[in-house]
Amino acid sequence: MDNIISVRGLVKRYGRREVVAGIDLQVRRGEIFALLGPNGAGKTTTVEILEGFRRRTAGEVSVLGNDPDTAGGAWRDRVGVVLQESQPEPGLSVRECLALYAGFYRAPRDIDETIALVGLTGKAGALGTRLSGGQRRRLDFALALIGDPELIFLDEPTTGFDPSARRAAWEVVAGLRRLGKTIFLTTHYLDEAEHLADRITVLSAGHVVAEGTPRTLGGRDRMATAISFTLPAHVQAHDLPPGLGTLTGPGPGGSTVLHSESPLAHLRMLGDWALSRGLDLPDLDVRRPALEEVYLSLTAPASTKDQR
Amino acid sequence: MINMALRLSGYDLRAFLRNRQSQFFTLALPVLFLVIFASVLGGSGHTTQVAGGQISTSVYYVPGIIALGIIAACFGNLVASVTAQRERGVLKRRRATPVPAAAVIAGRALTAVVNAVAMAAVLLAIGWAAYGARVPGRTALALAVTVAAGAVSFCCLGYAITSLIRDEDAALPATMALMLPLYFISGVFVPVAAMPHWLADAGEIFPVRHLANALLVAYNPHTTGLGFAGLDLLIVAAWGAAGLLIALRTFSWLPLGR
Repeated sequence: MDNIISVRGLVKRYGRREVVAGIDLQVRRGEIFALLGPNGAGKTTTVEILEGFRRRTAGEVSVLGNDPDTAGGAWRDRVGVVLQESQPEPGLSVRECLALYAGFYRAPRDIDETIALVGLTGKAGALGTRLSGGQRRRLDFALALIGDPELIFLDEPTTGFDPSARRAAWEVVAGLRRLGKTIFLTTHYLDEAEHLADRITVLSAGHVVAEGTPRTLGGRDRMATAISFTLPAHVQAHDLPPGLGTLTGPGPGGSTVLHSESPLAHLRMLGDWALSRGLDLPDLDVRRPALEEVYLSLTAPASTKDQR
Repeated sequence: MINMALRLSGYDLRAFLRNRQSQFFTLALPVLFLVIFASVLGGSGHTTQVAGGQISTSVYYVPGIIALGIIAACFGNLVASVTAQRERGVLKRRRATPVPAAAVIAGRALTAVVNAVAMAAVLLAIGWAAYGARVPGRTALALAVTVAAGAVSFCCLGYAITSLIRDEDAALPATMALMLPLYFISGVFVPVAAMPHWLADAGEIFPVRHLANALLVAYNPHTTGLGFAGLDLLIVAAWGAAGLLIALRTFSWLPLGR
């Protein structure tokens, strides 16, 4: 597998406080990888180590075949960075900012084309400091892209955005995917990771607590499906066929909930049983666990522990 | 590297020319100080004792205010803008690109030096037009070298100070608080001859006094020879070198304030 980023046993300590507690990560060429976790999980520390801004306490890190701690200008030429917080260059217009940054790289992209790619064509002549929050973030994207990098780091790119600005930022990221860029994204928004990422690693209190695709994260694909229904008054739960009775429990509003790991077979048993008795189950509902529930169950215990 | 520094300096200069606050403190304030001090204390017929004779007090103020102009551009303005760039994440984002660190640092310093030289030219022009003071041809080189050496040294001191300031809003007041008393005891606002000895001696410790003195030596029409104030220049350069050493050890690309 063609790994763009490879991390083994990464540890970062500040004094006695362990912010990153030995994590492993692999990011493949051309994918959007999300590092998901609550605030204080160690996401920004991790991404800043990968960007070469912070030194690690222990572990092996390789980004584009180099150690970011010692890599030089030739390596930075291949990497684009959108910082969590950075304001525009004071006193320069959007186009001037991009012209300045284009001069830093060996083979920059076309300036106007890059402005168009992030949707700032109408603002090309405006001072960066006069842009709205969402527009500033587009300028950040453009500055990260202007060197035509292979790999782009996005550290919480939509934190504090209203829903429409977030959608717009997501569209820009989707555009980067079409350019074939590898993207390393950190976020504490589950829907952002689910919407954008090919693979997600969940970080909580400095530990990797889960990894997978949005479909398989946390064993979501193998988790019990909740089948709920309300039995008529004259039928009791213990009247259900033996294979089902042991899986059921009381649900809200007098309903019955059946936690099934093989929902198709169990639905068939339930249906055959009900039809043979002439019963109808009008509020029958079959629900897969939402990613949000999976995420909360993964991060909740650790993050409550983390609170001081 | 040099190309990149020149390029950055061009953009820094463009940003400077769009910032009214920087322009006021760096360009307008020195002119204002010269006009006020020369008018209030210079008046008609007032003279000041300098090496080799008497000069009009108005003329005396020109080199002192040039020192102030150099310090405003290379210390005050540089500290304020570099601190703001650092706290706003601008330096960090530049650091994430392949641009060499030295080009970013030298580029901003070059902008300050260009401002200082422009300021010195404006003040010299005012001194010539309003107070009839001409720079003797034989000391012109010394004056140019002194302006450049002072500018570079105060840039180094400016970079040293930025690491001590964590809040961009504190940068301008902090540099002002540091420099205003020094202007008073260094012969910039009040001629040294008019000061008590202990105060004049205290001023001797700091680079402001020596920069002002070196400029005065090169500007003074009574000066014989080339007008290089060797010892003063050496002390200014030593302060600059100390600043550079501190800056190299403490300079930060990442915001310090959070």
